[in-house]
Amino acid sequence: MHSKLSSAGAPPPAEDDHLRGDGPLVVEYADLECPYCARANLVLRDLPIRRIFRHFPVVSKHPRARVLALAAEAAALQGRFWELHDSLMDDQGHLEDPHLWARCETLGIDLDRFEHDRRSQVVAERVERDFRSGVRAGVMTTPTLFVDGVARPGLPGEDLIARLR
Amino acid sequence: MIAPGSEAPDFALSDQDGQQVSLADLRGKTTVLVFYPLDFSPVCTDQLNVYQEVLPELEAQGAFLYGVSVDSAFAHKAFQEHLGIGFPLLADFHPKGQVTTRYGVYNDERGHGQRALVMIGPELDVKWSHRSPSPLEIPGANLIFDALEAQ
Repeated sequence: MHSKLSSAGAPPPAEDDHLRGDGPLVVEYADLECPYCARANLVLRDLPIRRIFRHFPVVSKHPRARVLALAAEAAALQGRFWELHDSLMDDQGHLEDPHLWARCETLGIDLDRFEHDRRSQVVAERVERDFRSGVRAGVMTTPTLFVDGVARPGLPGEDLIARLR
Repeated sequence: MIAPGSEAPDFALSDQDGQQVSLADLRGKTTVLVFYPLDFSPVCTDQLNVYQEVLPELEAQGAFLYGVSVDSAFAHKAFQEHLGIGFPLLADFHPKGQVTTRYGVYNDERGHGQRALVMIGPELDVKWSHRSPSPLEIPGANLIFDALEAQ
C-alpha cells in the first residue's frame, strides 16, 4: 500500500538519492522528457552546488516520462545514473526504446541487465517514491528546485542562479 | 470566496461533450471544483496534468474532480485531449463567469476565474475552499489530500 499524499516537506537527502557536486544543497524535481528541465540542466550542471535529482514524471503531458525515469533508475543500478540523465537531457528527440539501447551501448551499460531492471518492482517503487514525495511537497510543475527548503517552481531565475554561483 | 459550511451555490453547466452537469448530480459524493483561469495557458496545463496523475488515488478516497473555466465546451474538448486528462471540464461560458462569480472566485478585471479549489460534500455543502494568492501560485495536489483527510 502506498503512503498518503497529504502535505509534507521535501524529504532531506537520503543515502540512495542521486547526488552530484558540492556546495549549497539544491533538490530538483524533474521530468526527463520535459524541455524546461533540459534547459535547467544546462544551467545547473555548471553551478557549484550539491545537486539531488528526484523524478517527477508527468505522463499525461510527457508520454515517455515514466519509461525514461525507470530507465535512468535501471542505469543507476549499474552506476550510470548521471550519464544516462545527461544523455537524455542533451537530446530529448530520441526517446524510443531503440534509442535507449543505443545510449546504453555508448555509455557501457549492460543491456540485458538494463532491460530486466527497468521493468522491475524495485525500480518502479524508487520512481514512485520520488514522485509521491514531490506531490506531498506541493510540486506542480517541472523543474521545481528546493533551495534552503523553499520551492522554486520553473526555470531557475537570474537571482537564484547568481545566489548559487 | 465561498466559505466552508455554506450551501454550495447551484449550477448547471455543459461539460466538454455538451452534457449538462448540475449541482444535484453531485449529491452523494465528494467533489472538488477546480477553478482555473483559461484553457491552453501553460501554467494551468501543469496543474490539471498533475491532478490527473493522482486521479486514481483521489477517486479511491471518494473524491471526483471537475475543472471549471469560462471557456466554451468546444475549447474544453480540445484542451482535454491536448492534456490527456480524464476528468470533466465545465464551461462557465454563458452568461460568462456566472457560476464562478457565485462561488466568489471571478476576476472581473481580467474576465476569467481565479485559481481556486472548492470541495463539496455529499450533502452539497461546501467542506473546504482554497484560493491561490496569485495566478502563478498553483494549488498543490497535496492540499486536496489534506482536505480529504480533515473530513
